[in-house]
Amino acid sequence: MSAAAGIDSETAPAGAAPGIGRRLARNGAVRFGGAVLLVLLVLALAAPWLGTVDPTLFDPASRDLLPGRVGEVMTLDGNVLQHTFWMGSDGYGRDLYSRVLYGARVSLLVGATVALLALAFGTLAGLLAGYFRWLDGVLMRVMDGLMAVPNILLAVALVAMWKASLWTVIAAITVPEIPRVTRLVRSLVLGIREEPYVEAAVSVGTSRFAILTRHILPNCIAPLVVQGTYVCASAMLVEAILSFLGVGLPTDIPTWGNMMAEGRLEFTQYPQNVFFPGVFLALTVFAVNILGDGLRDTLDPRFGKRGER
Amino acid sequence: MSGASAAVMADDAPVLDVRGLAVRLPPGAERAHAVREVSFAVRKGELVCLLGESGSGKSVIAQSVMGLLPRGLPAVAGEVRLEGENLLAARPERLRRLRGTRMSMVFQEPATALNPVMRCGAQIDELLACHTALPAAERRRRILEVLAQVRLPDPARMLASYPHQLSGGQRQRIMIAMALILEPALLVADEPTTALDVTTQAEILALIRLLQRDHGTAVLYITHDFGVAAEIADRVAVLRQGELIEQGSAEEVLSRPRHAYTRMLLAAVPSLVPPERAPLATREEVLSAHGLGKTYAGGTFLARGKEVVAARDIELSVHRGETVGIVGESGSGKSTVARCVARLIEASAGRLALDGASVPLAGSVAREFRRRVQIVFQDPYRSLNPRRTVGAAIVEGPMNFGVPRAKARLRAQALMGLVRLSPGALERYPHEFSGGQRQRLCIARALALEPHLLIADEAVSALDVSVQAQILELLADIQRRLRLALLFITHDLRVAAQICDRVVVMQHGRIVEQGPVGAIFRAPRHPYTRALLAAAPGRRFDFALPRPPPA
Repeated sequence: MSAAAGIDSETAPAGAAPGIGRRLARNGAVRFGGAVLLVLLVLALAAPWLGTVDPTLFDPASRDLLPGRVGEVMTLDGNVLQHTFWMGSDGYGRDLYSRVLYGARVSLLVGATVALLALAFGTLAGLLAGYFRWLDGVLMRVMDGLMAVPNILLAVALVAMWKASLWTVIAAITVPEIPRVTRLVRSLVLGIREEPYVEAAVSVGTSRFAILTRHILPNCIAPLVVQGTYVCASAMLVEAILSFLGVGLPTDIPTWGNMMAEGRLEFTQYPQNVFFPGVFLALTVFAVNILGDGLRDTLDPRFGKRGER
Repeated sequence: MSGASAAVMADDAPVLDVRGLAVRLPPGAERAHAVREVSFAVRKGELVCLLGESGSGKSVIAQSVMGLLPRGLPAVAGEVRLEGENLLAARPERLRRLRGTRMSMVFQEPATALNPVMRCGAQIDELLACHTALPAAERRRRILEVLAQVRLPDPARMLASYPHQLSGGQRQRIMIAMALILEPALLVADEPTTALDVTTQAEILALIRLLQRDHGTAVLYITHDFGVAAEIADRVAVLRQGELIEQGSAEEVLSRPRHAYTRMLLAAVPSLVPPERAPLATREEVLSAHGLGKTYAGGTFLARGKEVVAARDIELSVHRGETVGIVGESGSGKSTVARCVARLIEASAGRLALDGASVPLAGSVAREFRRRVQIVFQDPYRSLNPRRTVGAAIVEGPMNFGVPRAKARLRAQALMGLVRLSPGALERYPHEFSGGQRQRLCIARALALEPHLLIADEAVSALDVSVQAQILELLADIQRRLRLALLFITHDLRVAAQICDRVVVMQHGRIVEQGPVGAIFRAPRHPYTRALLAAAPGRRFDFALPRPPPA
């Protein structure tokens, strides 16, 4: 061994990896998916100022108009408005364009809320199951039980038990999503708890709670964000399916699923009733999935391990 | 040119001739070229070692020769001639025909280089069926023949085995059999023994040497290990950061190096001859373990598996200011002992005491124990939480024991000086540091709690030899200053010889021999210790290595 090793003769790897924000902004999938979702969000939030009318207003005189036609709508106060039906109107004379935009609010709200709730509960259950071995068996058998029932069936049963409203629907969609998040987090925790840095934390006397929150949880975040996008996409589809089956949100709330359910009867003559909400639903789910793929490529250490090691 | 014209070439024409090779790195990398202006030749029946530390570009050269360069790393200059044919200009189709027949490769990791769901025989057979027109019975005869050549016991059984049923050494023999079965002119071996135990390594090295003599194969052998190079090389080429800085006969380069870098690397290789150690000033026992054992009960409550004894009857003591090494091969139970002592796992038998006070084997452990026993792990890339700053990692321990943050920060800054890093580094994240720097940070984190016993579990095994020397020196220095009891787990006898006062040799979960380092290395009593010492690569060269005189 040389007698006088100077201070740190090694060189650090040159150029630290670019920040997470920069890498996200450089990923095409993230940019595309994010942009589409941003446009949809703006459309949904700014719907009242984008030439829409109240989506529940109907006028028998304007039934089944083709897209682009001009017709009349009577407001609740009795005023008659001239209105251009950009996407046509349905069998009650309601403006499809307005209903699609307001429907986007429901889809995005349901998707985001379900994703957050499922992540929150699933992460909690997964952390506990992964770290406390005695809880693992019990918790995971409950999750296996939940997963044994098809998602839709479970959601239908839950909605049927409660009274259908926005929040019961959200809860009913969330419950079947929780086991998948739990499984993911549990498997991550099982891997991370064996990492030397966790053992090092144990050996410097760190409490279990601090190990879970400061060492294990932060290293689960990236895969969780990715999983969140998939839950979000799935939730929007399930919400549409529930509405379509007539067990989702009440029919007086404009949702894409409700619109398609109502349009189904006269689909052969007036396909626009199903076409426009269908296209928006597909586009939204597609954008969310693309965003998820992009996030996975950039965030998930298993795929994006550039410059390390 | 084809193989036919190669055969009529003069006998001394090189099999592999690399001239002015340059491989470009993608923009934004730490240097422009992975390798540049690299020229060397390998003749028939000659074994050339490419020696270099990690990042020196030695594997890139192997990939250029085999035509396996990844997409982002184009060869931009020079030529690689195999029997006169320039491989860099060859079409992919041609390269595919050459691989296996005229040149072949053995990789580092025998566990992943074989397809786990195919029998070994079928994998070798696939190669023969692809490149020859031999009938099945003839192929089988040839395979059995080559398996016997690589000294595999019971070749017929090996043929029918899946890779997981074989040991690491046997798998590597299968890989060598596959590489040699078509009698290639050139064998490229990329760290083929790095993943193996030292006794297995000695056998594989002897095998490669033997086969190469019998078949007259030219071998390009890539390694970071000077001992290995001393053991088998005819010629040695030393690489630093992509440039070939010195080449010549093994004798020349390893005993009379011309370049300062080679001299520095050679000086950093720890000697197998332990230095004289001063006796301990006091005999304060910090750690004592009696009859310590760890048994894993396999299976679940439904299916009872067989018990695995990882360690048994371990008698161990470490005194204040003393370094005790546990040496052994993989699976010997040395890490199990370390982890039982650190109470990261629960020992299943025996007694454990720290500073004279008994420590319970199971259940919760006193907080004071956690403070007094600290551990440094092998893999510097995984022992720091990637999401937390280095400073947060170092102050975590003291703050767990109630030290206020400001005071813990001050101590962390002082520790950075002790491990020879700048205090500014506390604000940075682990990925901004090199492997050796991270290991310094891990040592600082362990020292932050002012432990009485420091356990180093293969703490220098993942590091390059020059960095390893620095970390070893740092550990020795810190131990002297703080008079720590140091329990040093290693598979590397050279490291153990240099840093330990006493050595404990383990095999199959038991201690076979322990005693002062000088006695163990000079006069080993147990046959296993003797086998280990005999297998240490580069023994012959050890005394010739240029080293600074002992301080």
